[in-house]
Amino acid sequence: MNLDAKIPSGPLERKWDRHRLEMKLVNPANKRKFDVIVVGSGLAGASAAASLAELGYNVKCFCFQDSPRRAHSIAAQGGINAAKNYQNDGDSAYRLFYDTIKGGDFRAREANVYRLAQLSVNIIDQCVAQGVPFAREYGGLLANRSFGGAQVSRTFYARGQTGQQLLLGAYQALCRQIGLGKVQMFARTEMLDVVLVEGQAKGIVVRDLVTGQISSHAGDAVVLATGGYSNVFYLSTNARGCNVTAIYRAHKKGAAFANPCYTQIHPTCIPVSGEHQSKLTLMSESLRNDGRVWVQKQKGDTRPPQQIPEPERDYYLERKYPSYGNLAPRDIASRAAKEVCDEGRGVGRGGLGVYLDFSDAISRLGVATIKERYGNLFDMYQTITGENAYQTPMRIYPALHYTMGGLWVDYNLMSNLPGLFVLGEANFSDHGANRLGASALMQGLADGYFILPYTIGHYFASSKPLKPSVSHPEFRKAEEEVKARTQRMLSIRGKRTVSSFHRELGKLMWDKCGMARNEAGLKEALQRIPALREEYWENVNVTGENQELNQALEQAGRVADYMEFAELMCYDALMRRESCGGHFRTEFQTEDGEALRDDAHCSFVAAWEYHGVDKRPTLHKEPLAYEEVKMTQRSYK
Amino acid sequence: MTLTLKVWRQSNAHATGRFVEYQANDVIPDMSFLEMLDVVNEDLTDRGEDPIAFDSDCREGICGMCSLMINGVAHGGQRGTATCQLHMRHFKDGDTIAIEPWRARAFPVIKDLVVDRIAFDRIIEAGGFVSVSTGGTPDGNAIPIPKDDQELAMDAASCIGCGACVAACKNASAMLFVSAKISHLGLLPQGKVEKNRRVLSMVKSMDEAGFGGCTVTGSCEAVCPKEISLDFIAQMNRDYLKALLERE
Ligand SMILES: Cc1cc2nc3c(=O)[nH]c(=O)nc-3n(C[C@H](O)[C@H](O)[C@H](O)COP(=O)(O)OP(=O)(O)OC[C@H]3O[C@@H](n4cnc5c(N)ncnc54)[C@H](O)[C@@H]3O)c2cc1C
Ligand code: SF4
Ligand code: FES
Repeated sequence: MNLDAKIPSGPLERKWDRHRLEMKLVNPANKRKFDVIVVGSGLAGASAAASLAELGYNVKCFCFQDSPRRAHSIAAQGGINAAKNYQNDGDSAYRLFYDTIKGGDFRAREANVYRLAQLSVNIIDQCVAQGVPFAREYGGLLANRSFGGAQVSRTFYARGQTGQQLLLGAYQALCRQIGLGKVQMFARTEMLDVVLVEGQAKGIVVRDLVTGQISSHAGDAVVLATGGYSNVFYLSTNARGCNVTAIYRAHKKGAAFANPCYTQIHPTCIPVSGEHQSKLTLMSESLRNDGRVWVQKQKGDTRPPQQIPEPERDYYLERKYPSYGNLAPRDIASRAAKEVCDEGRGVGRGGLGVYLDFSDAISRLGVATIKERYGNLFDMYQTITGENAYQTPMRIYPALHYTMGGLWVDYNLMSNLPGLFVLGEANFSDHGANRLGASALMQGLADGYFILPYTIGHYFASSKPLKPSVSHPEFRKAEEEVKARTQRMLSIRGKRTVSSFHRELGKLMWDKCGMARNEAGLKEALQRIPALREEYWENVNVTGENQELNQALEQAGRVADYMEFAELMCYDALMRRESCGGHFRTEFQTEDGEALRDDAHCSFVAAWEYHGVDKRPTLHKEPLAYEEVKMTQRSYK
Repeated sequence: MTLTLKVWRQSNAHATGRFVEYQANDVIPDMSFLEMLDVVNEDLTDRGEDPIAFDSDCREGICGMCSLMINGVAHGGQRGTATCQLHMRHFKDGDTIAIEPWRARAFPVIKDLVVDRIAFDRIIEAGGFVSVSTGGTPDGNAIPIPKDDQELAMDAASCIGCGACVAACKNASAMLFVSAKISHLGLLPQGKVEKNRRVLSMVKSMDEAGFGGCTVTGSCEAVCPKEISLDFIAQMNRDYLKALLERE
């Protein structure tokens, strides 16, 4: 397996400029001779599809929702980082780069991250020009706020709906190209396989979710921008449809999957209220600025929070991390919550929750101030839980939120399969072992607006790609495989629903490969997943037919892939004998419970090669060389 | 609690649909409306029946994918709340709930409660954008924008494209949706440049898709999960007239 990252030579700050100069170009008149398939219409996919079409390429864009505007990027709340230094507080591309590398616990590529920081400023300009209504100051200039992991104020936002507004900007640019006939949009269409011809990605097989028709599309390159796989845990903050299918099927065709075990947990979500729970809702972390986290000291204490006197409360974050207190980083706060719940001191139904208490802040600042700061979040909390957080403490619990792992890509965002590009959350490239807040939106848009449009041209101009059509036998073969698999799922008619399997898998992953992992647990999961998968293929009940809108069938295909992918995550987590970022191995921690990295042995990207279901994948290592920054151990004490 | 559901079942766009009655047992107040339907669907599946098809994705009120007429009201009648954020604590034991798809000529039913809203995308394709391509844009702070304009643009831009406004309107008018986009862009200097062209082509596309006219009764505003204001419709009417005059 060839894992050449193709990092340009030269000093860090000049690599991208230099690379842009050195890359070959496609003559404007020739661009219309190239067809590009873009799967996904989130920030990464929509920005790429629009930008490529503007350049003159013929683009086909696919999404499984009924409209490209509904991609999960729409749900991002907090904001997007950019090193504009509008606040004159000392920000720079270098500082953003450093914060991102450090936030990623020194497990990301320097060159990629530096480029991301450089491009961040262009993103803001682009979005403003599209009419994104970013928050502004009275003077009419753009406003910023600060976000976790940074000492400067560099986050741009549009109320609590930044993802929505950025996505609408990209969606509108995409719509403009659809209207001009340069993009053909296929909504309610799910990609089920990548087609390789002589080792090059040349097209995809899709299922029309309304008619059930399975067909192929050929292109000179295939771009996957299909988002993250947090839903392997069943419950996460992701939308229901988010899946690993697109990238996992590409993995099965030979694309290396990098760092699958790097997943991020968000500490402030609304806890599960029962078995029926279908997703978890995130509450902005900003709440931790004024809320105090606590649980009762006594196990099994079921008194309502107001009746628990001060000395019987354990403000565990303040106790354990006196200098950061309630603002301890995401992973630390999450693990601490799990610990107290594991000790039996969790609150609320099922005991999976901790209090986030605003009573001190309310007596200090008044209800009006709290309302002004967090009114919409308190409203949202009330809508979901029926509780009034001005009167009773909120209950929160960590939930899966983001996946740093994804398909391996080189500096050009191309996977190890020629012609297969991967953007946004679907690739692994920029966040290392942990993503900083407000940097996923930045990465998706950098990939789509400003990186792929250059690198794809270089691919076309320098490698003389093949020009097959859908009549090539490889397409027939892939279609047949997809049809057979679909038929197989429909013919089982077993006794358990798809969701019941998904819940079971999710629970297993949460327990054994969630926010704290260890060798014994991972080995156990590696035993249990294949058994569950076997049962799935014997006992799942997928009703209805293929030739219709069949949501159970859609879900069944996604869960089938999670059933295989979960194993890969566990292999990766087991192999990585250190704790870093979102990956916490209980065996590897400092005396006071901090993650313990092993830079001497684990400073690499883990890229896995597929060999078949029930076969062990092979590990390939891309060493991470740090030329610019010095690795340090973080401390939040 | 136990509820009786009367659900619109229609196997595809061409089939005739009808209401079918189901019992929803063990419904708890903390469930969302869609989670209640999930549970009903699990039961149906266990009994070998076809589960009820309905759209949803984010389940947090932002993607605009969920729909449903609940007892004749789009999104079920909790102010500023999309169906996915509607919780069962607003219902009581023994209630009968009628559940139907959006009904509008421009939104044909695909199956059960799922409708085709592609007409909304077509309207945006016709002009709901600023014609800038990637690259070469001026610095984000090059043009100051009064905070009030930006805030008002943001109010309009919050539309999630769900189509409840159309479903609630007796004429199936899309004016609230269209006017929200026209105001969002028209209020900002970046969007002003193409203001006339935009309103003319979007209104044309809206009419062609088969949406009805607006009689300003306000049923759209009442059900809109983002509480988009009727004022935007008035603004759009002014913009439209102005554009027509200036074209002459
Ligand atoms: C609740 C929440 C809040 C967040 N807040 C922030 C924030 O404040 N700041 C920040 O920077 N990041 C935030 N993030 C992270 C960020 O939103 C995502 O990482 C990012 O938007 C992902 O964009 P994307 O384009 O890669 O994927 P997505 O937006 O998920 O798009 C995926 C696309 O692929 C399509 N697709 C997927 N699979 C298939 C298939 N098999 N066939 C066809 N199409 C397919 C989908 O239809 C969709 O169009 C948040 C995430 C969540 C969940
Ligand atoms: S205006 Fe309101 S009701 Fe209409 S589509 Fe937008 S959000 Fe939905
Ligand atoms: S499911 Fe996204 S708005 Fe309801």
